[in-house]
Amino acid sequence: MTDKTAHTGKTTGGGDVRLTGISKSYGSFTAVHPLDLTVPQGSFFALLGASGCGKTTTLRMIAGLEDPSTGTVFLGDKDVTDLPPYKRPVNTVFQSYALFPHMDITENIAFGLRRRGIKSVKKQVDDMLELVQLGDKARHKPHQLSGGQQQRVAVARALINHPQVLLLDEPLGALDLKLRRQMQLELKRIQTEVGITFVHVTHDQEEAMTMADQVAVMNGGRVEQLGAPADLYENPQTTFVANFLGTSNLIEAEVLETGPTSADVLVTAGGGKLRVPGDRCTSAVRQGGKVLVGVRPEKISLAHADDAGSIADGRNRVTGRIADSSFIGVSTQYVVNSPAGAELQVYEQNIERDARLRPGAEVVLHWNPAHTFGLDAAQDIDAGVETVEDAG
Amino acid sequence: MTTSTLQKEEAAPVEEPVLRKPSTRKRLVPYWLLLPGIIWLLVFFALPLVYQASTSVQTGSLEAGFQVTWHFQTYWDAFQEYWPQFVRSLLYAGTATLLCLLLGYPLAYLIAFKAGRWRNLLLVLVIAPFFTSFLIRTLAWKTILADDSLVVDALNALHVLDVTSWIGWTEGDRVLATPMAVVCGLTYNFLPFMILPLYTSLERIDGRLHEAAQDLYASPATTFRKVTFPLSMPGVVSGTLLTFIPASGDYVNAELLGSTDTKMVGNVIQSQFLRVLDYPTAAALSFILMAIVLIMVTVYIRRAGTEDLV
Repeated sequence: MTDKTAHTGKTTGGGDVRLTGISKSYGSFTAVHPLDLTVPQGSFFALLGASGCGKTTTLRMIAGLEDPSTGTVFLGDKDVTDLPPYKRPVNTVFQSYALFPHMDITENIAFGLRRRGIKSVKKQVDDMLELVQLGDKARHKPHQLSGGQQQRVAVARALINHPQVLLLDEPLGALDLKLRRQMQLELKRIQTEVGITFVHVTHDQEEAMTMADQVAVMNGGRVEQLGAPADLYENPQTTFVANFLGTSNLIEAEVLETGPTSADVLVTAGGGKLRVPGDRCTSAVRQGGKVLVGVRPEKISLAHADDAGSIADGRNRVTGRIADSSFIGVSTQYVVNSPAGAELQVYEQNIERDARLRPGAEVVLHWNPAHTFGLDAAQDIDAGVETVEDAG
Repeated sequence: MTTSTLQKEEAAPVEEPVLRKPSTRKRLVPYWLLLPGIIWLLVFFALPLVYQASTSVQTGSLEAGFQVTWHFQTYWDAFQEYWPQFVRSLLYAGTATLLCLLLGYPLAYLIAFKAGRWRNLLLVLVIAPFFTSFLIRTLAWKTILADDSLVVDALNALHVLDVTSWIGWTEGDRVLATPMAVVCGLTYNFLPFMILPLYTSLERIDGRLHEAAQDLYASPATTFRKVTFPLSMPGVVSGTLLTFIPASGDYVNAELLGSTDTKMVGNVIQSQFLRVLDYPTAAALSFILMAIVLIMVTVYIRRAGTEDLV
């Protein structure tokens, strides 16, 4: 692969994908609000969001399949905003693969090369087929292949052109869970191997986090937050990100005391007091003001009320009663109702199970204050909570 | 694929050892459903065909009566005498089919991809002429192509008729009673039979394939040549068949819009049956036409269908 990339020189000279002030409106509906985004060259970048958040529209504007209403698309230093899709050094893996049904796999993969007047395609097609492990299917028609195989053909058909950027529009959406996990690793392997910039659109937060170096979380046509997966997970800036990426317990609280910048902020919720590191609050906090206190379920420890005395000092505590528990093998998930908030989620590793922790038991939730974050209370506390409909 | 399906089929009886046989009544249902069609074909197609076949090898006269004498010479005689009409039929029908394709394809393309909410209205307009009788519409073309009519004057002024006269399609500044008039009539009458199958196959093409082609460096023209047109081949094949086959046997257009020099084989068959009353020759001509069309269609489908169309 490497030698081929070198002599075509397509991926070496490239550069970042830069979107400046790009937006898209359909009549009175704005699919994408003006946004600025830079995708570093060679990175695996994910656009994550629920359906209708504008992520696919953004991708299509990079591909040239959609004309932006405002703004500019740069590939490296080149302004490609007005270039039609067939003149952009960008290739797409479509959601439904869009393989040409009247051509065999070889011709599908060779399509882009042939259009650019390259006559001897055999060697490159064979290499590609090998890369996606479909060497024996060269002369099959797309409909003779399984979903996962078609998906790999779609990737090969795009990659063979050594695009500056490979765009993936929910490419794994049609696959079943097991195959999806397998393909995630496969795509990641291919990306590492060819070193091309991948921009991946997905609604599956787990998929985005496993595969991408950088994730932009989109909501309502805007980028809510941009960052590395771990950073997004640990430091969500909005309730949408906190709820959409994994699960968060968000508790409405009132600020009691604020210290110097980096010191803890003391807040009260449902009669108890909690500490939040000052530098993990996204908005300015002032005494008497409201704040949403957040903590991830796996950061919380659960103790039976009788053992409350053995909890170390300095930890945040919330008392409550177990409403529900479900055993899922590696961990047990509890739902706890407390004066501070209803239906708090707690994930406990199944190391030593306390038989007293059953629905109805009085418990104390406690965690390291450093794992607490504070969000602006002016937001919808349930934004981004996955509903049954989204989960499909 | 195949092996797994096989395994499943083999495995099924093991899981469910008591497979109930469908009742006799249920098994007969498909045959009952086929029956009306079979009876129809038998009475109105197969029997007349046999009857015609026997007529074509009879000799005799209307007064003395016709007898089956296995006189195959009729075929050769009929062909020798009327081969110019055969050639003309195929030429006119072929030209009309080509014109239908050239006129119909852009229209079908427009309806399938660009019409948006006008799509249904346009489709209704395509079949709207069928609400008027075939004969009346063809007669209307007599007025359209009459000498000194608007159309003929315009063609004359544009010197189109000079060109068509030079290749022998029109005569001087006349259009009516020339080959061009017959071809125009055929084209007009069979155009919907071209548009509808074309539309059906174009409409079925996934729009994302166009996007995929453009994403893979194909210009709109190349996208059409490499993706849209090949995928619309089933429509092209059925459209050309639905136009060519009836057009080659047509006699109404040549009768109403043509002259004695534009007689097609359909006209000959018609006059042999109804005026000359030489039934064996008429039947033989019918069979020759059928054979020619069958052979041509078979060759055509073989060639157009090699690409294993989806």
